[in-house]
Amino acid sequence: MLQAIDLECVRGDHCLFSRLNLSLKNGDLLHVQGKNGCGKTSLLRILTGLLPPTSGKVLWDGVTINALGGEYKKTLSYIGHLNAQKDDLSALENLMVSSRISAAPVSSSEVGAALQRFGITAAAQLPFRVLSQGQKRRVALAKLLLSKATLWLLDEPFAALDSSASDLLRTIVGAHLAQNGIAVISSHRELDIPGGTLKRLALGL
Amino acid sequence: MRSVFFAVLARDLTLYLRRRSDILTALFFFAIITSLFAMGVGPEINKLRLIAPGVIWVAALLTSLLSLNRLFSSDCQDGTLEQFLLAPQSLSLLVLAKILAHWLVSGLPIILVAPALGLQFDLPAHSLWILVISLALGTPILGMVGAIGAALTLGLRGGNTLIALLVLPLYMPVLIFATSAVDASLSGQGVEAHLSLLAALLVFTLFFGPLAIAAALRVSQD
Amino acid sequence: MASISSIWLKYSAPVTFYPLAGKLVPWFSIAAALLFSLGLSISFFVAPTDFQQGEAYRIIFIHVPAAWMSMFIYLVMASYCALGLAFNTRLSHMMASALAPTGAMFTFIALWTGSFWGKPMWGAWWVWDARLTSELILLFLYIGFISLQAAIDNPVRRDKAGAVFLLVGVVNIPIVYFSVQWWNTLHQGASVNMTTAPTMAQTMFAGMLIMAAACWMYSIAVSLVRVRQLILERECRSAWVTDILETLK
Repeated sequence: MLQAIDLECVRGDHCLFSRLNLSLKNGDLLHVQGKNGCGKTSLLRILTGLLPPTSGKVLWDGVTINALGGEYKKTLSYIGHLNAQKDDLSALENLMVSSRISAAPVSSSEVGAALQRFGITAAAQLPFRVLSQGQKRRVALAKLLLSKATLWLLDEPFAALDSSASDLLRTIVGAHLAQNGIAVISSHRELDIPGGTLKRLALGL
Repeated sequence: MRSVFFAVLARDLTLYLRRRSDILTALFFFAIITSLFAMGVGPEINKLRLIAPGVIWVAALLTSLLSLNRLFSSDCQDGTLEQFLLAPQSLSLLVLAKILAHWLVSGLPIILVAPALGLQFDLPAHSLWILVISLALGTPILGMVGAIGAALTLGLRGGNTLIALLVLPLYMPVLIFATSAVDASLSGQGVEAHLSLLAALLVFTLFFGPLAIAAALRVSQD
Repeated sequence: MASISSIWLKYSAPVTFYPLAGKLVPWFSIAAALLFSLGLSISFFVAPTDFQQGEAYRIIFIHVPAAWMSMFIYLVMASYCALGLAFNTRLSHMMASALAPTGAMFTFIALWTGSFWGKPMWGAWWVWDARLTSELILLFLYIGFISLQAAIDNPVRRDKAGAVFLLVGVVNIPIVYFSVQWWNTLHQGASVNMTTAPTMAQTMFAGMLIMAAACWMYSIAVSLVRVRQLILERECRSAWVTDILETLK
């Protein structure tokens, strides 16, 4: 269970949000909404532990995430607005190495299957830098199919995706929620994700 | 735990080898600096032999600065650094793997080329050996201390100049112990004391460096 | 124990520290002015002329306290940074930042006066003595700290990055000192040894101590003024700062 208590985030001289509380249990989906610059990314980064909140705390199963350290990091999968892939490696190499770094190694056939599901088999061997924006995003999202994490934190995952890839992503997130996963997704669009309990959080109102 | 270390090591080495030209550029830079010193001092061979240890070592220091700013910045720009920070394993371990990979492509070539440059300065064979040993002990320290500077200045404006300002003063003990060793070998004195001090410094840096770098990388994400 | 830590925490909160610092500044300034006048008159008029070094030695009344302060302030900054990293107290980091320019100034004065002293003593403006060289590195470290902090916009990162660099530096200073001394004993060229100071008359020693105390008071006063500015800058969103700014209008 993910809880945030009295979060406050100040960037520069600007207070993005304060007294923010949330509580998500297994099967919950949190849709973080709001205009550009309202703090969606900051909130997600605070929930990952990358960014320390100005005040307040984030708890996982009742324990602060700082105290949990690596244990918490094992349970989460974060996809930011950057794709986190190396330009000079192929999609296959990228996913293999990132799975090993996140301490959940997968086989190349598993990666191949994930890439196939996202329809980028042909591009799997090409250097990442030659792919189109949409293809790059698909590679980054294919990580989710390989992830064993309970908590998914996705920052604008639908950006640069075409409708078929968006549908696929909805299905994948739906399946994750059905398996008692938790997802936090920032998006300025409606999510339309099947299954799970949808909660909304509007920032910057 | 070991698998993560080797995954990062292999990843970084693959990336460096796919951009081989950078490694060669640094080596040429190293060679050019030493030749410039020879031009500046004049061709008198006894004088050159006397300044050789200092010249080669200062050139090694400057060369090590060249690639430092890229050590973490490309990972920071494409978002892989975030994933490093979110890895369950200790960040220090990942950092150590990255620095080892960086040393293999930046420090090791310098060590291999240095004897040839030493010959240009007419260093005798046994001094060349000491030069190589001093570089083998010293360049990892340069990489480690440099990485602290690189992590602290990650993504800052004017980061490159700032790294030099932060890191060069900290390089001084390495320079002194290493050149003293080569000097001692030139004048026929014992070199063990200098080299042991250098080795002690290396152990110390290997132990504390990754902690400082990890701390600096964590705050760079704010 | 609990009461000590609660007092510490109370005064480490900017809101309580700001007015306290404001009250302390005049006292430290007055003390600094008095001690400087006393110390300078002793060093220029009371202290006897040195039989070996003549009048030129009088520069040590500035040089030695400045050198002491340069190192001492660095250590104080490092302790503040360590505290700041350990307990996450913003004020400690602000104190470190506030002390840095003063420390750099004293380091510069120590180097400058050192070379003025060196010229008549050894006939050279600069000798590569271990102390002088370490002092030079110390100046680079101060400048590095100040430039690093100046380059970072985000206050949290500025504090922590500065702290990491300062702590790396504090580990390095003894190594630098030792390595330069090592290097010096090997190269017999620079045979100057600054450690053998002439035996000092008691008035000289007293003058030096008073000057050191004056520098100390000055540093405290100046850094308190500076830390007050930093607090206002950092806390400009909080209500109590807005109140203060209102009353100033």
